[in-house]
Amino acid sequence: MTERLPLPWGSRLDRTQKIRFDFDGRPLEGFAGDCIASAMAGSDRWILSRSFKYHRPRGILTMAGQDANTLVQLPDEPNVRADLRPIAEGLKVTAQNVNGTAERDRSAVLDRLGRFMPVGFYYRSFVGPGAKSWLKFWEPMIRGSAGLGKVDLTAGHGHYVRENLHTDVLVVGGGPAGLSAAIKAAEAGAGVLLVDLNRELGGALTYARFGLETAEAEATLKTLRDAAGKLGNVRVLTGATCNGWFADNWLPVLQGETLYRVRAKQVVVAAGSHEQPLVFRNNDLPGILLSSAAQRLMRHYAVRPGRRAVVFAGNRDGYLTALDLLDAGVPLVAVLAPAADASGNPLAKNLVERGVRIIPDVTVTEALGTAGNRHVRAIRFSTPEHGTQLLECDHFVVAAGYTPSYQLPLHAGAKLGFDETSRQFVLSNLPQAFHVAGSAAGYFELKSVLRSGEIAGATAAREAGHDADLPAIIPDASAARMNYFQPLYAHAKGRDFVDFDEDLQVKDIRNAVSDGYSELELVKRYSTVGMGPSQGRHSALMTARIVAAETGRTVGEVGITTSRPPFGPEKLGLLAGPNHVPYRHTAIHADHVAGGAKLTPAGAWWRPLHYGGNGDVHKTIADEVRLVRDKVGMLDVSTLGKLAIRGADAGAFLDRVYTMAHARQPVGRVRYCLMLNDMGSVIDDGVAFRLSETEFYVTATTGAVARVFTDMLFLNTQWGMRVDIQNATAAFAAINVTGLFARKVLEALGGDIDLSPDGFPYLNGRSGVIGGCPARVMRIGFTGELSYELHVPQSFGAALWRKLLEVGAPHGLQPYGLEASRILRLEKGHIIIGQDTDALSTPDELGMGWALSKAKTRYLGKTAIEARGKLGLKRKLCGFELPEGHGIRLAESCLVLRDGRPVGFVTSTCFSPTLGKWIGLAYADPRDATPGSSLHIRGLCGGEVRANVVPAPFYDPENQRQEM
Amino acid sequence: MPLSLLKYGLRARHVSFRDIPSTPELKRSYDVVIIGGGGHGLAAAYYLSNVHGIRNVAVLEKGYLAGGNTARNTTTIRSNYMTEESVRFYKEGVELFETMSRDLGFNVMFSQRGQLTLAHSEATMRSFHLRAEMGKHMGTRIEVADVQTVKALCPHLNLDLGGQHEVMGGLWHADGGTARHDAVAWGYAKHASRRGVEIHQRTEVTGFELAGGRVTHVRTNRGTIAAGQVLQAVGGLNGQVAAMAGIRLPIRCFPLQAMVTQPLKPFLDILVSSANLHTYLVQSSRGEVVIGGGSDPYQLASTRSTLDQKEHLAEGALHLFPFLHKVKLLRQWAGITDMTPDYSPIMGASPLRNYWLDCGWGTWGFKATPVAGKRMAETIATGRVPDVLQPFDLRRFDSFALLNEMGATAASH
Repeated sequence: MTERLPLPWGSRLDRTQKIRFDFDGRPLEGFAGDCIASAMAGSDRWILSRSFKYHRPRGILTMAGQDANTLVQLPDEPNVRADLRPIAEGLKVTAQNVNGTAERDRSAVLDRLGRFMPVGFYYRSFVGPGAKSWLKFWEPMIRGSAGLGKVDLTAGHGHYVRENLHTDVLVVGGGPAGLSAAIKAAEAGAGVLLVDLNRELGGALTYARFGLETAEAEATLKTLRDAAGKLGNVRVLTGATCNGWFADNWLPVLQGETLYRVRAKQVVVAAGSHEQPLVFRNNDLPGILLSSAAQRLMRHYAVRPGRRAVVFAGNRDGYLTALDLLDAGVPLVAVLAPAADASGNPLAKNLVERGVRIIPDVTVTEALGTAGNRHVRAIRFSTPEHGTQLLECDHFVVAAGYTPSYQLPLHAGAKLGFDETSRQFVLSNLPQAFHVAGSAAGYFELKSVLRSGEIAGATAAREAGHDADLPAIIPDASAARMNYFQPLYAHAKGRDFVDFDEDLQVKDIRNAVSDGYSELELVKRYSTVGMGPSQGRHSALMTARIVAAETGRTVGEVGITTSRPPFGPEKLGLLAGPNHVPYRHTAIHADHVAGGAKLTPAGAWWRPLHYGGNGDVHKTIADEVRLVRDKVGMLDVSTLGKLAIRGADAGAFLDRVYTMAHARQPVGRVRYCLMLNDMGSVIDDGVAFRLSETEFYVTATTGAVARVFTDMLFLNTQWGMRVDIQNATAAFAAINVTGLFARKVLEALGGDIDLSPDGFPYLNGRSGVIGGCPARVMRIGFTGELSYELHVPQSFGAALWRKLLEVGAPHGLQPYGLEASRILRLEKGHIIIGQDTDALSTPDELGMGWALSKAKTRYLGKTAIEARGKLGLKRKLCGFELPEGHGIRLAESCLVLRDGRPVGFVTSTCFSPTLGKWIGLAYADPRDATPGSSLHIRGLCGGEVRANVVPAPFYDPENQRQEM
Repeated sequence: MPLSLLKYGLRARHVSFRDIPSTPELKRSYDVVIIGGGGHGLAAAYYLSNVHGIRNVAVLEKGYLAGGNTARNTTTIRSNYMTEESVRFYKEGVELFETMSRDLGFNVMFSQRGQLTLAHSEATMRSFHLRAEMGKHMGTRIEVADVQTVKALCPHLNLDLGGQHEVMGGLWHADGGTARHDAVAWGYAKHASRRGVEIHQRTEVTGFELAGGRVTHVRTNRGTIAAGQVLQAVGGLNGQVAAMAGIRLPIRCFPLQAMVTQPLKPFLDILVSSANLHTYLVQSSRGEVVIGGGSDPYQLASTRSTLDQKEHLAEGALHLFPFLHKVKLLRQWAGITDMTPDYSPIMGASPLRNYWLDCGWGTWGFKATPVAGKRMAETIATGRVPDVLQPFDLRRFDSFALLNEMGATAASH
C-alpha cells in the first residue's frame, strides 16, 4: 500500500485496521472503510476493468457508483461496483470481460480493429456465406465475447426481506439540500424518511469544497447532522438507494438485502447531479477522473490522485478541486481553463498566488497514454495564442459540468427541458406531491442549495397537512456557469468517447445520424448509446448536443431518451423477496400422509393421488376403483370451491350467473350449476344446495373458485342485487363417501339426519349432525355410485375422516385418491371442466343442452350460445372405446382426423378396470359423434386407429346405482 | 472478419449507409397509405413496393420509426400454436424470418436457438401434447419433452421449485428463436424506401374523409392526403385509429411489461418460458437477460411500468434460475397491447371497401411481422384476402366464430 494522505483526509477510513484482499490474483491491502476502488487506488492500481467492445483499460471515473468502468467480478456476484463495495478480508476480486487480467488482456487487440467495426456494423455483416452462417458461426462467436460478469451457476437462492413503509415525506438524498428538507419538514411535524446512497449523511458536504474557506461548510455539515439526529420523526436509511418512482408515490428503497416499499404522501428528490466527462481523444484512460471523484478519493479515502496532476477547470468546481489537490500536497502541473479570462476569478487568483500555472482559453484535444493505454501520461491541448501544447501528468482531473439527477422526477412524469443560457437540463412539470431540491433543481451555491431544500421540505410538510413558513428562494448566480460546452468535433483518430459503457465515439453518433437514424431514440437503438449499465448518465447530454448539431435542432428539441426504472442496478433477489412458495393443505392432510398417500400439487393445494405409497401404482389405482364399485370408498374433496350466497335475491342472483333455474329450487334440494362466460363457453360447474329461502351453498371447481368468486363480486357490483357473497372454501372440509355401502357407513356414524332412500333422495341435501359433527350432507357424486358428500367445519375434518375409517371398516371403507377418482368419473362419462372443455366449448358441444334453462330470459352467456347455436355445431364431444390390440400410444391430446385433417382431439382417456377396455372422450366432427359411428385417432408416436363411438356414460347408463 | 467490414475499414471516411431517408414533404395523393411505421406497416410497404410493384406508397408514423410495440416487444418468434389456422400462418412467418437477413441484405440476427416452454401441471402437459400434435401435423419442429430432455436442453434450470411448481416436462420448439426487432423494421424501411415508398415520421393521422363506403382522404397533422387504399397497423392505438374511420373493433388495451438485466457472460442459449409462472427468459447476444411475462391484469392505455410486475417477473425468473438472485436489473419498460377476445389477430377487410386492417396483435405481433406484411400487401395488391388470412376476418366476432387460441398464447408471446 502506498502512502495515504494524513488526517483529516480519509473520513471513511479506520486506519487501525488493515484488510487484505486480492485483485486478479495479486494481493493488495487497504484499510477498514475502503471500497475496492479506493483500496486499489491507494495501492496505485488504477485499472479496474476493460471496456465492453474494445477492451480498453478503464479506471475510476465517478467514484460514486454511477459508471460502468468500475464493474468487477466477485466469486459469487457479477457486475459489482468497485467504488461502492467495501473491501473485506480475503475478498477475491477479478476483472470482468477480460481475456487474461485487467492489466494484460489478450483481447486488447480489438482496440486496433475499431475502424473495421463502424457503428451498427453487425447489421451489415455476418450474414453469409451460407444460409446457416449466422446461426452456426457468427452468432456463437459474438456470444462468446458478449456480456460483462459471470454468474455462478451453482449458487442457490439468497435470503431477502421485504418491508412496507409509510411516511409523510420521503426525502431522497441526504446532502445539504436533502438534510435541510428533512429537517424543515420534520420541524413542521411531518414524519420523514431520509434515504441516502452513501454510508454517511452529508452528500457533497462530505467531499466537495464550496469556497476558498472550508470552515463554513464543515460547520454546516455538523449543524445539519446534529439537527437531523435530534428530530425523533426523521428516520434515516443510509447505504440505501431509492431506485424508482411508481404511480401514487410508491417507491422502492434498496438497502442491503432489504427492499423497502415506501408509500409517501410527499416526495422530495434531492439526489444531486451527475458530473459529466469531457470528450476528447483517449478521454477514457485510467487516471482521468471527474473532479468530484478526485475529491471523494481524497476526503473519503485519503487517496492521492497522483503526483503530477493537471486540472481542467470548466467551471468553479475545477478551481475548488485544484485547491483541494494543493491542500493535499499533490503537485499541480497546471490548471487548464477554457475561459479566456480565467485568471481573473478570485479562486484562480488564489491558485496563482500559490504558484499554480493557469492556462486560459484552452481546448483539450487528446490524452496520451502509457504503453497499452494503461494510464494517462500527458494531455494535449491548444490555445489560440500558443497553438498545440503537451503537458505531462499522471492524473487529469476534469470539471466540465453536470446533469441533474433527473431519473426519479422523469419516472414520475416530469419534463426535462434545456436552458440554452445555463446549458443545463432543467426539470419542469413536476407532478403533485413531488418536489425537487439542491443541484437536481439547478442550485450549486451552498446557501442556495440549503434554501432550496428548506423550501421543498416546507412545501412538502404543508401539502401533507402541517404548518410551515415558506422561506424565499436565494438565487444562485454561479449556476449559469457550471456547464462548459466544448466545441463539437470528432478527433480524426477517434477514441473520443461519448459513451464509456458502449465504447461509442463522437463519429459513431454522427454516423448513426448520417445513416438515417436522426431521431434520438433511433440513434440510441442503432448505436446503443445509453443502453449500458450507466443508462446514459454520462452520455445523454453530449449525445443530445451531437444529434442537435447534426440535425439542425436545439438540444432541448432533441432531449434525452425515455428514463425508466430502476435508477441504479437492482438485484433480482431483492425484487423477488423471500423465496417462499405458498401452498395449502386440507384439514385431513396429516392423515393422508400417515395413510401412505402419494401427494400431488393441484394449484396451491396438495392432494392424494393414491394411497399405494411407492408400490405398484397401476394395481393400487385399479384396486381403489374396484373398492368404490364393489364396496365403498371415500375421497377428500375439501379443495372444492365453496361459496355462501345469501340474501333475498340469492336465488335470482344464481339464476343470472348459472344456466339452470335456481330461484324456484326447493329448499333441501341440490341442483347442478353450469357457468358460461360472455362468449357462451363453459367455464365452471358445481352444485347449489338450497339451505333456506335466502341461502345457497354453492360449490365450484378447485382451480376456478377464486375467479368465480371475484366474477360474482364484479357482477353484483353492476347488478346491485340484494345478495352477499362469501368464499367459504377454507372454512369447510369435505369428504365424499361413495359406493354400494355408503348409506350403511353413514348410518353407522350416527346423527339426526334421516338417511332412508325416501327421506333423503338423490340430489337432495340435509343439514344436521352426523358422527358428532355439524354437517351439510349432499347426495351427489362423481362416481356413479350411491354417494354422500359431507361438508363440515374444517376443524371437524380430521375427526370425521378418522371416525369414517373406524365405522366404515366393517364395510370395507378405504380412502381413494385423485387417480381413481378420474377413472371413476370417466367411466360414468362425467366431464372435467378445463380438461374436457377448452376456451370455446359450448354446452351443446358437450351434450349438456339439458343444463340450459329454456324458461329463463337471461343468464351469463345466453345471447352468445344462441348466436353460436345458429352457426351449427363444428364439433361434438363424444365417448369412444378402442378395439383390443389397437397398438397405438393413445393419450389425451391425440388428434382426431377426418379426411386427413384435424377436426378434434382426445380430451380424456384411460383403461377402465371396471369395463376392461380403453375408453375416452374426444371432440369429433358432429357427423361422426353418434354411437355406432367411428373416429380416426392418431397415436402420439404416429399410427392411426379407428375407435368406436359409444354412449358417453360407459358405466351404468341407466343411473340405477347412484339413485338407489 | 467478413469482407464487407474489411472494405469499410480500409476506406478513408464514413460513407453513409442512409438506411432511412429523411421525411419528405407529403404529396397530395398516394395509391396506398399505410398508417403505422412499425414492423407490420413497413413489411407491408416492402412487399407492396418490392413484390407487387406498387411504389406510390406513404407510411405514416406518429412518432419515430418502429418506436411502438416493434421497439418494445421481446422478439420471440415461434409457431407452436394450438389451431391449424394459426400454425399455418405463423409457420409461414418463421420461414420468412429464416431467409430475411439474406433477402434484405441486412442482418436481423434471427437466432433460431429453439424455445422451451415448461409445464408444472398436468393440464399444461395436456395442452403441450395438443400443440405438439398439431405442430407435427402441420410440419413444424415441435415435440413434448420429458424432464430428462428438459434438463439436457437447459442444464441450469431448477426443476424442483419447492415441489409446488415442479417441472413435469416441456414443449420443445426447435423452430423458435429471436431476432433483432429494430433491424427487422429498418431493413424493410431501407428496401421499401429504395423502391420509392415514402416514410413520414412524426406524421400523425387525425381523421379521415369518407364517401360511398370508402376512405377518400387521410387527414394528418401535416396536411390531408388522398388515398387509393389504406392499411391500418398501429399496435396499441388500433382501437382509436379505427374509431376515427367509424370502425368499432373488439379490442381492449392492456399494458405488457418486460425488463432486462445488466450484461452477463452467456449461460442461456435457448428461450425458456413457463406458462404457469407467467415468466420467460432469453439472453440476448449482448449478454443481457430479457425477462417478460403476461399482460397486466387490468385495462390501461399507458406505457408506465410497475413495481408489482417487476417483483412478479423477478420471482418467476428466480424460481427457474435461483442463481440469478445477485444479478442486477438494468431497465424495465412497457408496451400497450391490443387484445381481441380470442387472442388472435384481425387481418383483412373492414366495413370500408378500401380500408384494410392488420391489428389485434396483443402480445404476439412481432413474430408475424413478415407474414402479415407479405399477406396484407398481397391483399391490397389483388383486392382479395388470401386463404391463410381468411380465419382472421373481423366479422368472426359478429357470429362468435372465434379462433381457439386462448390457452396457447396467454403467457408465451
